[in-house]
Amino acid sequence: MRLLRIVPDGTTFKIVRFRRFSYPFSAAYSLLVLALFLTVGLNFGIDFRGGTLIEMQSKAGKPEIASVRQAANGLGFGEAEVQEFGSGGEISMRFALQPGGEVAQQQVVVKARDAFSSTYDFRRVETVGPRVSGELVQAGTLGVVLAIVGVLIYLWFRFEMPLAIGAILGTLHDIVLTMGFFLITQLEFNLTSIAAILTIVGYSLNETVVVFDRTRELLRRYKTMPVADLLDLSVNSTLSRTAITSTTTVLALIALVLFGGSAIEGFALVMLFGVVVCTYSAMFISTPVLLYMDVRSTAAREDALEKATASGKAKA
Amino acid sequence: MLRFQTRKVIVVLLVLLFGCGFALPNLFSPETRKAIETGAPSWIPRILLPIHAVVLGLDLQGGSHVLLEIDRADLVRSQVTQLRDDVRRILRDERISFQGGIGMTARGVSVRVPEAADRAKLLPKLRELSQPVGTLGAFGPSGNNTIDIVEQPDGLIQLSVSEGGANERVRRAVEQAMEVLRRRVDALGTTEPNIQRQGLDRILVQVPGLQDPQRLKDILGQTAKLQFRMVAESQAGDVDMLPSNDAGGQPVPVERRVIVEGADLIDAQPAFDSRTSQPIVNFRFNIRGAQRFGQATTENLGRPLAIVLDNRVISSPVIQSPITGGSGQISGNFTVESVNNLAILLRAGALPAKMTIVEERTVGPGLGADSIQAGKLATLIATVLVIIYMIGTYGVFGLIASIALLVHVCLIFGLMSVLGATMTLPGIAGIVLTIGTAVDSNVLIYERMREESHQGRSLVSALEAGFQRAFATIIDSNVTMLIAALALFALGSGPVRGFAVVFILGILTTVITAVTLTRMLIALWYRWARPKALPF
Repeated sequence: MRLLRIVPDGTTFKIVRFRRFSYPFSAAYSLLVLALFLTVGLNFGIDFRGGTLIEMQSKAGKPEIASVRQAANGLGFGEAEVQEFGSGGEISMRFALQPGGEVAQQQVVVKARDAFSSTYDFRRVETVGPRVSGELVQAGTLGVVLAIVGVLIYLWFRFEMPLAIGAILGTLHDIVLTMGFFLITQLEFNLTSIAAILTIVGYSLNETVVVFDRTRELLRRYKTMPVADLLDLSVNSTLSRTAITSTTTVLALIALVLFGGSAIEGFALVMLFGVVVCTYSAMFISTPVLLYMDVRSTAAREDALEKATASGKAKA
Repeated sequence: MLRFQTRKVIVVLLVLLFGCGFALPNLFSPETRKAIETGAPSWIPRILLPIHAVVLGLDLQGGSHVLLEIDRADLVRSQVTQLRDDVRRILRDERISFQGGIGMTARGVSVRVPEAADRAKLLPKLRELSQPVGTLGAFGPSGNNTIDIVEQPDGLIQLSVSEGGANERVRRAVEQAMEVLRRRVDALGTTEPNIQRQGLDRILVQVPGLQDPQRLKDILGQTAKLQFRMVAESQAGDVDMLPSNDAGGQPVPVERRVIVEGADLIDAQPAFDSRTSQPIVNFRFNIRGAQRFGQATTENLGRPLAIVLDNRVISSPVIQSPITGGSGQISGNFTVESVNNLAILLRAGALPAKMTIVEERTVGPGLGADSIQAGKLATLIATVLVIIYMIGTYGVFGLIASIALLVHVCLIFGLMSVLGATMTLPGIAGIVLTIGTAVDSNVLIYERMREESHQGRSLVSALEAGFQRAFATIIDSNVTMLIAALALFALGSGPVRGFAVVFILGILTTVITAVTLTRMLIALWYRWARPKALPF
């Protein structure tokens, strides 16, 4: 039986040379993200913006979205965002945060129930007051920052500093691009999105670390090879693994997008985008960054240090 | 690596078997699990019985999650009022003359005592009002007091509730409130409600599978402070103007003096008035309440009594005859539902302060069931796709990776069952995601074997080197993932935390299966097939 092989043996891509395209591309994209962030902004869900979300399903027949929208706007809580979603004729309504503190939000649910509960099943009701939403923003931001700092410390211990910096730059790049995905698609940004971003942080580092592990090994083996060639070799020798793991992850995520149900679709889409971006950035962003840093001498220094401690131990 | 001690093999297999065995109860219905638990002989430790299943989060089984926050300002206000009354009592008892009355601010009270001798007499008494904050621990009192006392040179004495004192009050109030809320939720007859403190001033109430979430909120959010007071004859003096349900909503003057409070009730039941067939609440007082109520109704025959709930007059019946039996009824413009709620509230007691709902998340049972269904399908399809791809790429080794993958999924479920962890909708997404990433360890090992064999190593030596060299990479890449997952666990709540748990367990089990099970299966394959080259 002939087996599948995405990457043929003995592949020698000139990976680092590709930075002439990948760097301007990522820089332009990042600028676009910044511009969108300042102009359009993220489509914050009620977790971070406060307000009320109601998802309901028609008890009989197709939902009449136009009349629901009219009735929702007539409740006196400002303009509601009314959307149809899923395959079972479900409707989601989003009301903005009402003035008047925590108590005012509860009124929205009460009135909406009165208006719709005779013809619709309430499948999901969420209300987040102004105080809680503020705290959730803090916790979410803190989580991302904490993860990055934690990983930076670990990488600093396990790898040389330039490699740690390269990995973190790649991760930041992936976060920016993922935010771009949220900005362009206007997918709702909520607590689950933070989970997706942290997962992408993990996956991004995973991808980079696999390449850098090899870089570290090769640095010790080939003391005189030019750094650019050495980086190309690192990527090429791990390319097959990268391709296979990305494929299995993408396969699993496609299953999640298609069959996981509407509630999880957003998360799955972001992850799907993230996995592709992480694979790209590990090869074309984080690895070429090492060209600009003195990888060789730090590696040699650490090598010498290790030898010194080893011989010191031997003497003792 | 290809030589395994039999002892080691047995240990590894036992661990995996046990781990997967713990996942088994998830296939049983809750009734079966209950039957096993009651039917098993008592000498078997409970942990070994197949009765522990994964707990479903509210987003999967349907239910309400309500976060309430106690009104700190309300509590401090009542503390300040109490402080003013105490200061006034001390001044009177000690016969100390002071200028210009007792001043009140949001945080405390102040009084001007011109005579130094009076101040010297007064201050020790005032200090007695203040207690050390917190329980006495191993390190003695913390040095902070509930009330700060400052003496100004011009004779002004300021007493204010300290930050610690206010916190202490909030902490105690939250404890009381949790008890009250528990009684209220229990009265709804729901199964396994979860009530826990969150932070200093919040309480999280989670009630699974509720039919009427609005009723839950009605019952949770109300303070339910019931008072019996007299309607005042004039608006002067110690009188509050309270909004009323009667009299067309006009405010009613009510005497400030409280005759009996809700705390003196021992029972309250919904009923119908035998004459008007209106819904009412029948109640009974304890002995103290009955005495006071009897005395007050005797003294005030013919005057209207105000029944005040949360500073609102719900009815003001005229006292027709003295009520000395200790029982009575509350009527008002009630519906059947509202008397049911009121009876529950009165039985459970009043909250120590106003509580507001700051967050609510309710999922209907239909949506939860749909999510589980979709999650199962996605998991199945993801598994099949990954297995097909792995076998297509690596042949026999792909099959080995697939076995490791299935064991990995079983282990996640097994561990979650034993730990009593909660499975949420994002958690299901986590399972599907780890199905994609779990084979990474295998891929790393296999690709390394391939490289080593291309460099001219013999098969056995390539297999060895594959495991050895890939190991460091597996650890590095998984630890970085683990750090991100731990950050998520630390800061996430509810559903997101469920995802973090799955993610963390998934990272652990994939490392374990890759370095033990995969290794063993490959050794087994080598012995059995006696191959000359890698099968991929």
